[in-house]
Amino acid sequence: MKISQEEIKKIALLSRLEVKEEHMAHVEKELSDILTYVAELDALELDGVEPMAHAVPLHNVFREDETKPSLDHDLALSNAPEAEDGYFKVPRVVQE
Amino acid sequence: MATIHELHKKLVNKEISAVELTNAVIAHKAKVEPTVHAYLSDSHDRALATAKLVDETIAKGEAISPLAGIPGAIKDNICIKDEPATCASKMLENFIPPYNASVIERLQDNHYVSLGKLNMDEFAMGGSTENSALAKTTNPWNIDCVPGGSSGGSAAAVSSGSAIWALGSDTGGSIRQPASFCGVVGLKPTYGNVSRYGLIAFASSLDQIGPVTRDVTDAALVLNAISGHDAKDSTSIPGTRVDYTTALVNDVKNLKIGVPKEFFGEGLNSEVRKAIEEAIETYKKLGAEIVEVSLPNSKYALSAYYIIALAEASSNLARYDGVSYGMRVPADNLVEMSTKTRTEGFGPEVQRRILLGTYVLSAGYYDAYYLKALKVRRLIKNEFDEAFSKVDLILTPTAPNTSYKFGEKANDPLAMYLEDICTVPANLAGIPGISIPAGMSSSNLPIGMQLLGPAMGEETLLRAAFTFEQARPDCQLVAPTGEVSL
Amino acid sequence: MSSKYETVVGLEVHTELKTKSKIFCGCTTEFGGDQNTHVCPVCLGLPGAMPVLNKQVVEFAIKVGLALNCEILNFNKFDRKNYYYPDLPKNYQTSQYDLPICLNGHLDIEVNGETKRIGITRIHMEEDAGKLVHSGNTISDSKSSNVDYNRTGVPLLEIVSEPDIRSGAEARAYVEKLRSILQYLEVSDGRMEEGSLRGDCNVSVRLRGTKEFGTRTETKNVNSLTAIQKVVEYEALRQAKLIEAGGKVDQETRTWDDAQGITIGMRKKDEENDYRYFPEPDLVPIVITDEKIEEVRRALPELQDAKIERFVSEYGLSREDATILTVSRKTADFLDATVKAGADAKTVANWMLGDLSKMINESGLTFAESKVSPENLAGMIALIDKGTISGKIAKKVIVSMWESGKDADTIVKEEGLVQITDTGAIEEIVKQVIANNPQPVADFKSGNGKAIGFLVGQVMKESKGRANPGMVNELLQKFLND
Repeated sequence: MKISQEEIKKIALLSRLEVKEEHMAHVEKELSDILTYVAELDALELDGVEPMAHAVPLHNVFREDETKPSLDHDLALSNAPEAEDGYFKVPRVVQE
Repeated sequence: MATIHELHKKLVNKEISAVELTNAVIAHKAKVEPTVHAYLSDSHDRALATAKLVDETIAKGEAISPLAGIPGAIKDNICIKDEPATCASKMLENFIPPYNASVIERLQDNHYVSLGKLNMDEFAMGGSTENSALAKTTNPWNIDCVPGGSSGGSAAAVSSGSAIWALGSDTGGSIRQPASFCGVVGLKPTYGNVSRYGLIAFASSLDQIGPVTRDVTDAALVLNAISGHDAKDSTSIPGTRVDYTTALVNDVKNLKIGVPKEFFGEGLNSEVRKAIEEAIETYKKLGAEIVEVSLPNSKYALSAYYIIALAEASSNLARYDGVSYGMRVPADNLVEMSTKTRTEGFGPEVQRRILLGTYVLSAGYYDAYYLKALKVRRLIKNEFDEAFSKVDLILTPTAPNTSYKFGEKANDPLAMYLEDICTVPANLAGIPGISIPAGMSSSNLPIGMQLLGPAMGEETLLRAAFTFEQARPDCQLVAPTGEVSL
Repeated sequence: MSSKYETVVGLEVHTELKTKSKIFCGCTTEFGGDQNTHVCPVCLGLPGAMPVLNKQVVEFAIKVGLALNCEILNFNKFDRKNYYYPDLPKNYQTSQYDLPICLNGHLDIEVNGETKRIGITRIHMEEDAGKLVHSGNTISDSKSSNVDYNRTGVPLLEIVSEPDIRSGAEARAYVEKLRSILQYLEVSDGRMEEGSLRGDCNVSVRLRGTKEFGTRTETKNVNSLTAIQKVVEYEALRQAKLIEAGGKVDQETRTWDDAQGITIGMRKKDEENDYRYFPEPDLVPIVITDEKIEEVRRALPELQDAKIERFVSEYGLSREDATILTVSRKTADFLDATVKAGADAKTVANWMLGDLSKMINESGLTFAESKVSPENLAGMIALIDKGTISGKIAKKVIVSMWESGKDADTIVKEEGLVQITDTGAIEEIVKQVIANNPQPVADFKSGNGKAIGFLVGQVMKESKGRANPGMVNELLQKFLND
C-alpha cells in the first residue's frame, strides 16, 4: 500500500502536524513501508468475524448521578500556557 | 540481592530504618545515574518524609504493608499530583498533573516511597527508550546498549539498583521487553486488572500498568498493591482480587505449558532460542507437561496491533494542542499555533504514528485497515481462548533478540516494530504476561522468557515463574552496578 | 417563487439534559458559576483522566426515545468524533455513531389545524462543548478568544429528524412540540435562550414535484423558536433566488445573525470534515434489556396530547382551555391534584385560568410553586358549594390563602367571612335598608325593577358581603311587594 504525498498532506492537516516539503519523500517511504507490511491482513478471510474493540467484554458500567467537588480554580488553570481572567486564552480562532 | 521482601524483613526486624534504606538507595542512585540515566525527575524529599512516617509506624509497633518504606520509582506517564508527568516529551516537559492516578492513591495507602519519575520512549511509543526527548537511558548490563522500551527507565532503574521496584506500562510489550533486556521481572497484568485512571494514554484498549521488579515474589507484592476494581476506570474488572503471594508455590507438577511453534520461527536469535529451549527442559524436569500448541493467526498480530494502537493514539494525542496545558508555540492564529506546537513538541516517531493512525481511520480507509484489524483481534483472542482450553500457560521468548547498540534500529521504524512480535498478541487479547530472566547471551546480555496466561490467570503465571526462579538461580543475576550497599 | 420551489428541512435538535452532574464526571451541570470552576481532570481532558457514564443520561435517553416512538437499541455504544476546536478539550467529542441509543421514531405536529407526522431518524447521547468568549465583537475580528470549560461535558441528546419538514412554521411547530415533550418528561428545562435547547437547521429547496433533494446548508446553533422559523424561511428564499439567478447552492455550514435576520456562510475546508469515528475504548457498551425498556415505558408520564384528550372527555373542558392548561406539565398536574382533592374540574379550571393565574404570573412562579395548594383550592371550592361562602367572598379568601398559606376554612373562620343564612338576621338588615332608602324603594314600587339591585347591594354592604345573595333577593322582594 503506497500512500501519496497528497494524502500525507491531508492527514497532516487533520492531525495538525506539518510535514516539511524536504521531508515529504522520506515520510512517504516510511509510511508506505509500514502500510505495505500491515496490508498482509488482506490475505485473511474475515467475513462474519465480529470486530473486537475492547479487550474485556464488560458492559453497563455507570456512575450514579451525583456531583463531586470540582478542581480548585487555580489548580484548573495551573498548566495553562496563557490565561486571562480565569479563562484559557487562545489566539484568534479564524484564519486569515 | 535487595528485594522488597528481603528489605521488608530488615525493616520489621529493625536491622535498618526506612530512612536509612531510602538514603542508601538515594546514595546508590547518585552513583549509577550518571551512566544509566533512568530518571527524569526526583522526589527525594517526599520519599524521605514517607520513610520517616514508616519508621514512626514501626516504632509504635504497628504493622506495615509489605511495600511500605521500600524505595521504588514510577514511569513518567503515570500522574502523581504536584510532580511532573512528561511522558518523556517536550510537549509535557512542564506539565504538573493536579491529580493522582488511581495506582498512586493505592500505593499511598501502602506508604509507598518513590524516588522519582522514570524515562521512557516518548508517549510510550518505542521499544528502546531512544525515542525519549528528554534523556538517554542505557542498559545497566552494557551501557552501549539500549535498555529496551518503552519502560526502559523502569527496567534500567530496577536493574541498576536505583529503585528496588518500579511501575511501568505495557501497550505492546513495553514492560516485558525492557525487563527481558535488563534481566529483571516484568509483569503485564490482565487488561482491566489494574486501573488505568491517571495513566497518560497511548492506546487505551491495550495499555496496562504493571510492576518491574527484581524477582517474582516482588512482582506479586507490587501487583497486590496496585490491582483491584476502580470505579474511575470504566474498563476495570469488577470484583475483589486474590492475594497474589498465595500463588508463589514452588511446584509446576500437573501444569500444562503450551509452546506455540509460531513464536520459534525464523528471525529468532539462536542464543535466545537455546535459552528458551533450556527453560522448557527445566519445566519438564520439574514435572510440567509441555504441549505443542498452534496460534496460526499470531503472525498477523503485529499488523493488527499497529493499526489499532496507532488509530487510538492519533485520537488520544489530539488533546496536545497548546490550548489548555502543555507546550505552546505562539502564533497569530489558533490552527497555526496548534500545528506549530505539535510539530515542535512531538518527536519523529510520535508524529509518524499520529499520521498513520489518522490515515487508517480516515474516510475510505476505515474498513480496509481499522475494522479489519479489530476482526483480526477477535481471531487472535479466539485462538488464545482455544489454546487455554488445552493448556494452563503458554511459554515463548519475550523478544526475538537481546538488547542491541544505540542507533542500530533507530532509522528503520518497521524493523523496530518487528521486535514486538512476541509481546503484542497478549495486549490484543487482553491476557496477562510475565517476562523473567532465562539466561545470558554470549555477549553477556540478559535473555527473557515470556509466560502468558488466560485472562485473570496471573496466579498461574506467578506460580510457574516463581518455580522457575527457584530452580534456576543461574538465571538470577544482578547487573554489574546493581547491588545496593546498605 | 414559493410556489415553484418546495422547502425541505431536517432538524438536528440538541438538548442539554437536566442531570445533577455531567455525563462523564461528577462536576455540576448548574448554570452560572465563575468561568472554569465546574471543571475537573475528566472534563478538562487532562492526560490520563477517564470518563465514566452517568446512569441518569441513559435513563433520560430511553424516556425521550419512547416518548418519540423510537426503537431502543438493546446494544449501543459510544464513539469518538475527532475534530479540532478549542472548546473541545480532548479534540474529540465522545458521541454515538453507528449504534445510537434510539432509532426510527416519529412526532406528530399540528400546523394550521392539520396533523403531520415528522420522522425521527435517531437520538444519540453525547457531551456538550465549552464556551468561547471572543475579544472582539465577532469571532472574525477577534485577536484572541477566551475559553470556559464549565459547559464541557454537560450531557446532550441529539435528536435528528427526517427531512420531512416543509416550512418554517412546521420547523417551529416541531421544535415547540419537542420542547414540550422534553419538559413533560422532566429531562430538560428546554430554555432555548440559555442554549439548553438548540437546533441545527438543514435546509434545501427543490422544484415542486421533483423527488431528488437539493444541496443543503446547515445553519448551526439556532436558539429560539422564532429564529428556527426565520432561518428556514430565509434559507429557502435565499437558495431559491440563487437557483433562479442561475447559481448553485454550496453545501456548507452557516450561522444565523439574529440582529440582521440573515444567515452567514462559515466556509470550512473539506478536509476538516473527516471525523474519523471509532469506538470509544475508554467506555464499554450499553446493553438495555426489554424488561428495562418496559419498566421505563410504564413510568412514562402522560404527555400533552393525551392530557388534552382526557381533560376534554373526562373533565368536560373546552379544547381551548385544555390546551392552555396542559402547556406545562406542572399546570396540568395542579389541575389533576385539585380534582383529586374533590373539586369539580370545570370550576377548578376557571379559578386556574382566572384569579390564581393572575397571582402566579404576578409573582413569577409556576403552578408547582403556587402558594395556594391544590388541596386548599379544592377546600375553598367546597366551601362555595356548601354555601359557606359566596363566590364573591371566595375572591377575597383566595387572596388571603395566597398571602398566608392557610386553608380556606381557617381564613373564613378567622376573618368571620361565613355566609349569613339565618333568615332572621337577614330580615333585620333588609328592614333597616328599606327604612334608610325611601327613594329607591319608591322607585321600585313605581315599577322600576332595576332599583332592587341597588337595595341588594346595600344589604350586602351592611352584611360585609356575608349575606346569602339568594336569600337577600328573596326577602327584599317579599317585603317590597307586601
